[in-house]
Formats: sequence, structure tokens, C-alpha cells
Amino acid sequence: MTTQVATLPAKPREYTGVMSWLTTVDHKRIGLMYAIASMFFLLVGGLEAEIIRTQLAQANLKIVNPDLYNQIFTMHGTTMIFLAVMPFMAGLGNYFVPLLVGARDMAYPRLNALGLWLFVLAGIFLNSSFFLGGAPAAGWFGYAPLTSMQYSNTNGVDFWIWGLELLGVSSITASINFVVTIIWMRAPGLRFNRLPIFVWTNLTTSFLILFAMPSIAAALILLFLDRHFGTFFFDSSGGGDPLLWQHLFWFFGHPEVYIMILPAMGIISEILPVFSKKPLFGYTAVAYSSVAIGFIGFTVWAHHMFAVGMPPAIDAAFSLASMIIAVPTAIKIFNWIATLWGGSINLKTPLLFAIGFISLFIIGGLSGIFLATVPIDFQVEDTYFVVGHLHYVLFGGSVFGIVAGIYYWFPKITGRMMNEKWGVVHFILQFVGMNLAFFPMHIVGILGMPRRIYTYGANLGWDTINLIETIGAYTIGIGILIFLYNLIQSWRSGAVAGNDPWDGDTLEWATSSPPPAHNFEKIPVVTGRRPMWDVKHGGQKMDYAVEPHGFHMPPPSIWPLILSFGLMILMFGMIFGVIPLVIGLVIFVAGLAGWINQPAI
Amino acid sequence: MHSSHKIPLNKILLAIASLSVLALAGCAGSPTMISPASENAGMITNLFFILFAIAVVVFVIVEFLLFYSVIRFRRKSTDGMPEQIHGNTKFEIAWTAAPAIVLAIIFVLTWQTLSALAALPTDSLKITVTGHQWWWEVSYPDLGVLTANEIHMPVGKASTLTLESKDVIHSFWVPELGGKMDLIPGHTNRMWMRPTQVGQYHGQCAEFCGTSHANMRFEVFVDTPDQFDAWVAAQKLPAVTPTTDLAKQGAQIITTAGCQACHSINGVSAMIGKVGPNLTHVASRQQIASGLLDFNADNLRLWISNPPAVKPGSMMPKLALTPDQINALVAYITSLK
Repeated sequence: MTTQVATLPAKPREYTGVMSWLTTVDHKRIGLMYAIASMFFLLVGGLEAEIIRTQLAQANLKIVNPDLYNQIFTMHGTTMIFLAVMPFMAGLGNYFVPLLVGARDMAYPRLNALGLWLFVLAGIFLNSSFFLGGAPAAGWFGYAPLTSMQYSNTNGVDFWIWGLELLGVSSITASINFVVTIIWMRAPGLRFNRLPIFVWTNLTTSFLILFAMPSIAAALILLFLDRHFGTFFFDSSGGGDPLLWQHLFWFFGHPEVYIMILPAMGIISEILPVFSKKPLFGYTAVAYSSVAIGFIGFTVWAHHMFAVGMPPAIDAAFSLASMIIAVPTAIKIFNWIATLWGGSINLKTPLLFAIGFISLFIIGGLSGIFLATVPIDFQVEDTYFVVGHLHYVLFGGSVFGIVAGIYYWFPKITGRMMNEKWGVVHFILQFVGMNLAFFPMHIVGILGMPRRIYTYGANLGWDTINLIETIGAYTIGIGILIFLYNLIQSWRSGAVAGNDPWDGDTLEWATSSPPPAHNFEKIPVVTGRRPMWDVKHGGQKMDYAVEPHGFHMPPPSIWPLILSFGLMILMFGMIFGVIPLVIGLVIFVAGLAGWINQPAI
Repeated sequence: MHSSHKIPLNKILLAIASLSVLALAGCAGSPTMISPASENAGMITNLFFILFAIAVVVFVIVEFLLFYSVIRFRRKSTDGMPEQIHGNTKFEIAWTAAPAIVLAIIFVLTWQTLSALAALPTDSLKITVTGHQWWWEVSYPDLGVLTANEIHMPVGKASTLTLESKDVIHSFWVPELGGKMDLIPGHTNRMWMRPTQVGQYHGQCAEFCGTSHANMRFEVFVDTPDQFDAWVAAQKLPAVTPTTDLAKQGAQIITTAGCQACHSINGVSAMIGKVGPNLTHVASRQQIASGLLDFNADNLRLWISNPPAVKPGSMMPKLALTPDQINALVAYITSLK
């Protein structure tokens, strides 16, 4: 292990102050802001979850009325998916993909900033709906014709439409950056078959976003036209079809869940080798499986529609595809276990959460097989069985993965270690709480409880189970608060971490904690999958790239923020009329003009 | 210093077992798919238990391997660098083939059951269910019967349900009698059921359909053939003429107070509204307000006095009725057996 002087690097003067953050194009600052904003929205979505669970703790409670409840569960789903999990992944990816590939920044730094600000402002825009006529209340999946003007006659669905369009643009810009950076800006020697799995999964995820987002983007516009311009795309009374919405939505919606899980799987694939002191078992299989999951993920969408009345042959085809996708997933799980097997396992908090991820994802994957089995799906679809399944894969999977990544990379980002004891407490609360909250959901779904109901009858035998779930949800909440406390305290006064506190394998540990703005003093030449391990334990000497013209870092820019702000006001205009529409357009054009006129270098 | 950081496997299994016991206790009153009362539901439950057995085996093996590896290979201060194994092709093939084979078997069973469920019987009782926000319109087109929120079927005979919607997407689900099928405006879906046990079975809407989605409930009564025939015969009769003075007053009020705009009563010419349930034999039904209240005079009074208070968002408005008028209505409506 290389020894470094254990102090924090000095901050250059121009990197301080609020303006430096608003105009930054540094992928690390952008990544950090993505993560902090996501954390905020995670808390908002978590509060919504606690309200839901309180209302459902017993039969016939009147904590919230159904109109508010329906807004809350709609926003819970929308917030957790689009404002918490996806941006967290974008943030961690933003921070670490350039470091992992040995680059000094993303390919398009200002576009990177645009993605961040669009996300933050879209989150504000969406949540403002609560105060401006009502949040959307038709579910995060917004089925027609419930979303039509006739059945949803507040602004809520319009906020949902334009908020998601903004978020879609944000995701697409981030994906463009990931694809170009990963393909064209790798350090010398970093061949594709040496790429860290976290980079593979981000690359796959980015392609998923690029191909899936257009489907929902189009569907949302058609919905807006139906609502305000008298079209009948999803309205059978005019020759349209509500099922068209479902196909367009789920063609996006299913790849969406792989967008949310693949980066988490990538994080786990980074953590396990470091904390086992062994390479990732079956690197090639894991890499191929990640890409395979991406491809196959586009072929399964109608498994969300088994009960709509499609012909049995169609149901069977989607069932088969949904079972096929279980195979690469199983391959990864076995390879992860084999990575641990025979290792020297360092049971610190990042690994606790990684193991938690695997154990919970196994359950989520198994319940998924039940759902893929069409006749069983006929019974459990649209019940709490599905709510249990989705939370095992999205909370037990994605969120545990994100948390593992935070514990793992917090030292690199802040230069300080998180408190290990509080980390263990957090883990226990989150793991136990998760199982208490979501395992019984499988049972109560089998006992006949549908989903998206604000209350239920007293004589149906669902009370006790719901109470247990609510206790589990509160337990998770306490765990998250402890996590928050640990994050803040550790940032202020945690032990100084040094470059490489975990004895890491990959390039981010070759530089200081936090890295300088330019990431590396000299770009390493990569000769294997674990460049740092090779140098520290494999007797190799680190070689460096020659940069004959030196390098310069991109200058800061206010234009992405201004352009995003203009777009947000424009979206308010789509709902409230011509004045904000025009103001937004003017600001947008000003932002665009400023951006174009600013030299790129 | 560190005691085991994770909850031991045996404690997890104990928790799951306890929850299962709890669940079975709940079973007694719950509309559960694992107590099938029809041939088609039975097929699904059989497949479920096969899959459950496979899932338990896979779960135990894989979770054990995971937790065992962490405990067995926990770092000790005497550890050197472990053997740097990169992979093993034989293992890769094995753990690719094994899941693939298991899934192939599951798929074959899936296809068999799916085909059996999709095969509509040629001879069956026809029932049409039309979804409304938030109630179920039920008709027997061949028998001339129109009712709401309550379905009767003869045991041992196939019934084919034709499912449609007047407004948004709903889903018809009676767990003990079968899987669910959506009611989609502009579409006609069909499913069959062959109940095997006489009894009363709870159903609920299973597709989010707006404010009172949670309140869109119904009951299915599987009758003996005689009971069913008797029910049909009674349902085909026109409405009872009121005999008491209060009921006669009610019969007057119901045609003028606004009820006539939404409700129909066979034999009462003013009552031809199609937007709400047919009330001809409403007093023969066990519940009102699509499963929210048991049918009795007090609950009827509660409902008529302020429907949106009982069922939020209800299209049935709070009419400007005096308590006397409501009492008269209740007297009339409770006579509509």
C-alpha cells in the first residue's frame, strides 16, 4: 500500500463561493450536486412513503383523503424513480466514470452541467404542482384514459408531462456524455475488456436511456395533445386506444428499471473485489451479462400488460423473454458469490451493503419469476405482491447499491472516512426494516390486497401484515436519518482518508482524496483490469501517458443554468399560458445564444 | 470486537416462517388465491405451489452460499493475499445451464396453463360486467337480468365473463375464483370460470381507476343450481309495488328528486337512468355502494344522505333531501327485494 501524507489537499481560491458551484463544469462537482439533490428528493419521496404507510397501517384509517393519497403515491413513485435513483446513478457515474477511465473530465462539460440543472429545476417544477393546483394523481405510470382531461381535470398531469420531458432531456444529455467519454476518452491501454464493470454498466445504461426515452417523450406529447388539443390517440371514442399508451409507456418503462439496476450492479462489482482482495470472478461473463440484460430488457415490456387481453401467444412470448433475462442476472449473482468465496473478506460498511444488495436482489429476482409466469401473474399482478417485488429490486437493489457506493466512495469525494459504527447501525436498520416492510407485501398480495388503494376493509385479514410493513417503513426511515447524520458529521470531522483507504484496485485510488480539478497529475497507462492492484501487489511499475501539449481544463459557464432555467419557465408556460411561455422562451434563447458564443476552450 | 454484523440466516428463516403462519391465520378471512374455489383458479394455484417449491430451494441454496462465503472467508489478521482466481469456465457453463433448464421447465408449465385458461368453453353462462367509476354493472344478456356489484353463478358450470368499461380502465378480480382481467374502454375482454365450491367470494377492482378505486368492491355468490335458478327467477321480475304509505311516498320521491337521472327500476317508467346501478332488486343484495356498506336501513340512510362522504369522489351527489324524504326513500328502497 502506497503511503501518502494524510492531509486534505488545499482548495484553490477560484473554487470557492456559490457562483463557482452554479457555473461549474467540473464532472466531480456536478456529480456531487446530482448526489446531494438526489438525497434531498429521496427524503421527499421517503416522507411520501411514510405517509402512505401510516394511512395503510390499519383498515379504514382517515389520515389522508383519497385525492391527496393518490397524489402522494403518484409522486412517491415519480420522485423515487426520476428524482432520486436515476440522478444518484448519474451523479456517482458522473463523478467516477472519468476517473475510472483515466480522463480529466467528461467529453462535453457544459452539456454535463445542463443535465444537472435540468434535473434540479425539473424536480422543483414537479413538486411545485402540490402548491399550484394539485400534484399528478394518476400513478407514476399514468394510464390513459385516467390521465385524460375528462378524468384528471387539474394541472397535475400536465406538470407530470412536462416535468418528465425535462428529466428525459437531462438523462439523454448525461447519456451522450457517458457514451462519448467511455468510448473515446479512455486512458492509453484501457481496452474494453479491461474496463471496470461500473463503466460497462454505465455504458449499457446510457444506451438504454438513448433508445428508451424517446418512447415516453413521444407518448407524453401525444397525451398532452389529447388533453388540450382534442386529439384521440389514447381515446377509444375517437378511434384511439388506451393500450397504445401502455405499449409506448412500457417500451420505455421496462428498460427504465434496468437503467436503475445496472449501475447498482456495477457498483457491487467494484466493491466485492476490493473487499475480498480477489479479482471479480468471471469478469467477461459479468460484462457480457450486463450488456445482455440491456438488450433483452427491450423485449419484455408487455409483461406489465399480461392482464389487458392480449392473445395468449403474445403473453407467452413476453413471458419467455422475461424468463430469459433471469439467466444473465443469475450468472452475475453466482459470479459475485464466487468473488467472495476464498477471499479475505473485509466486512466494512460498503461490503455490508453490497452483500445486503445481493441477498435482497435474489429475493426480488425470484419473485420476478412468479410474475413472468403468466397464469400466476393473472393473480398477483396489480397486487401488493408486485409492490413487494419492485421494492426488493429497487430498494434492496438500487438503493442498497447506491448506499454501498456512497460508503465506498465518500472517502474519495470528501477526503474523510465515514463513521464505521454508525454505518453498521444504519445497515442493520435498513436491512431489517427493508425485510419487515416489503417481505410481507408478497404475502398480503397473495391474500388478495390490490395495489394503489388508499384504504381497505377490516374483515379481509390484511391489518396485521400492513401494520408490520408500516413498522418496517419507519425502521428504514430511522436508518436513513442515521445515514444522513453520519454523512454530515463525517464530512465535517471524519478521519482523514488519504488517497487509498480501502486498498482499491482501480484508477480513482491513484489520485488524491478529493482529486484535483484535473483528476490526475499524469494520466496512467493501463495494463490490466486492476491497475492499482498490479502496482501495489503485482510488482508492476505505473507508466504514464505523455501529454506533449499539456492539458487545460474547461472554463466555468453560467449558460447551462440559464438555459435550464428558461426551459423550466417555458414548462410553466405550457401549463399557465403565454406570459411564462414567452419569458421562458426568451431566457432559453438567451442561454442558448450565450452558450454558442462562449468559446468551448 | 465486531459481533456478527448481519442478521444470521436462521433468524431470517424464522421471521419468514412466522410471517407465513401469520399469513395463514389471515387466510381464514382473506380472499386468497391459495384457496381456489374454481377449476381455473385451481390450475393457477397448482402452478404457484410448484414455482414456490422451486423458489424456496433456489433461495435456500443461493442465500446459504452467500452468507456462508462471508462468514467462512472473513478476514483474519493472519491472512495473506488470497489466491487470485479470475474465473472458471466449467462453473460459468454450469450456472448458466442450470437456471436456463429450470426456467425452460417453468415456461413449458406456463404455456400449458395459459393455453388452458385461454380456451373459452363453448357452452357457458354468459355474464357481462361493465366497469364504471366506481361500481360494477352486471348483466346476464341471455336471461334478461340486470344488477350491480353482486354476481351469482351456479357451481360446477362454466361462466364466461365479458368485460367492458364505460370510462377508465378497471380490472375484475375475485382471487378465489380466478386471475384478473382488465376492463378497457373500447375493448371487449373475456374470461371463463368454473366454480367448484358453493360460497361467497370477495372481489375488488385491481387497476387504479381514480379517487375511489379502493372502494370499488363486489361479491360473487356461487350458488347451488336450484339457488341460482331461484335467484334468476326473482331478478327477472319487475319491481315490487310499495304497500306501506311511507314506501309509497318514497316511490314518488325517487322519481322526482333526481334519482331518476341516474338509476333504473324495471317497471317504473320514470326510472330509466343508465349512469348508476339498476335498483329493481337492490334490497336482495347483501351490500350497497359497491361493497362498502352492508345493506340495511341505517346504512342506506347514511349512503343516501351523503354519498361522497361514504365514497369519496362518488358521482352520486348529496341531494337536498329532508330527513323525512330520506326515510321515505329508505322505506321504498328496502322493499325492492
